[in-house]
Amino acid sequence: MLVKMRNPRREVEMAGDRTVNHLLDALDLVRESHLVICNGTLVPGDARLLEDDVIEIRPVISGGL
Amino acid sequence: MVAAASKCRSCGKPAVIDLPRHNANFCAEHLKQLCRRQLEKAIDDYNMFDPGDRILVAVSGGKDSFAVWDMLIDAGYAADGLYVGLGIGDYSDESTRYVTAFAEERKLRLRTVDLRDEYGYDIPTAARATKRVPCSACGISKRHLFDKAAVDGGYDVVVTGHNLDDEAAVLLGNVLHWDIEYLARQLPVLPAANGFPKKAKPLVRLTERETAAWCLLRGIDYLVEECPIATGNRHLHHKGVLNSIEQESPSTKAAFFLNFIDNMAPLLADQTAAASGDLGRCARCGAPTTGETCAFCRLVDNASAHEPVPVELVLGKRGRR
Ligand code: SF4
Ligand SMILES: [Zn+2]
Ligand SMILES: [Zn+2]
Repeated sequence: MLVKMRNPRREVEMAGDRTVNHLLDALDLVRESHLVICNGTLVPGDARLLEDDVIEIRPVISGGL
Repeated sequence: MVAAASKCRSCGKPAVIDLPRHNANFCAEHLKQLCRRQLEKAIDDYNMFDPGDRILVAVSGGKDSFAVWDMLIDAGYAADGLYVGLGIGDYSDESTRYVTAFAEERKLRLRTVDLRDEYGYDIPTAARATKRVPCSACGISKRHLFDKAAVDGGYDVVVTGHNLDDEAAVLLGNVLHWDIEYLARQLPVLPAANGFPKKAKPLVRLTERETAAWCLLRGIDYLVEECPIATGNRHLHHKGVLNSIEQESPSTKAAFFLNFIDNMAPLLADQTAAASGDLGRCARCGAPTTGETCAFCRLVDNASAHEPVPVELVLGKRGRR
């Protein structure tokens, strides 16, 4: 599956089906700091992502005061 | 994608988000309901404003200020926006586009102040001219212009998009240094006093993950990219630390900040009173100040006399990438 990330913008290809939580773990990302969007739809931690899904992992942490 | 096994706590439909701190999952409709309830609870519990009040929302193009503006309008409040063009390179150009589009699409009233056009400087130049860190020059400028716009425009309150993560991170910073004066002022609402307008933070009961989800579910297009100056700053580091704790023990972040407000802030109340003694007026602009000339007017003098400095020159090492 194609995984798009931001700040900085980058893309990685991950092999195999996996849940959202497993994907975040594999990329060493903290759940509380991200939203995961699968084919344009927000999905929870136990959603199973498939090989040809397009995933966006969106950071939600802002640095401005 | 295979539909999630988790179901919405309220209606049993497939969930779109898991919120460990509520030990529950929610569908889109009920996540929005949760956001609306937390907004109303903050407004009521902390006595922020009343339905008839005129509200001025400080907007930046990021998720939190759009979320709070949208939620207030959605809840039936009368809220205009105020955007300050900071002149931080491409980031500010992009922000301007997002803010303008947001207001136009929703037919909301947007007031704009551009530092370069109206005061002859921008944040990178101000940072260099005054030898301050950019966020300090930025803070002085924004605070002054929000206050001024609220007073001049006859608004009852200035609203900002600070969320639970922002407040918890600032609290952590203040606690790590036991900065009593800052701790005493870290309240969800500050009453109008001494010529300053009332200020309120209606999102303090919502995490950033929840405000971002609100924006996604409401179809709000916001600027995901950060101000380049924020990259790697201490505030972000504190947020990361708190989220690591949250991952292990959900709802710690909310307890840390909200229990501070309930249990600790009342004990510091006399410190706030002491810190808000009578102020004079700036000889130049009339803003409340302790000195002859206010910090903003002094900043304008220095910065507008300096030749323009591009943002790249004021980024720390970690900000350059
Ligand atoms: S990160 Fe600093 S310079 Fe950038 S907008 Fe926020 S306060 Fe201003
Ligand atoms: Zn539901
Ligand atoms: Zn002044």
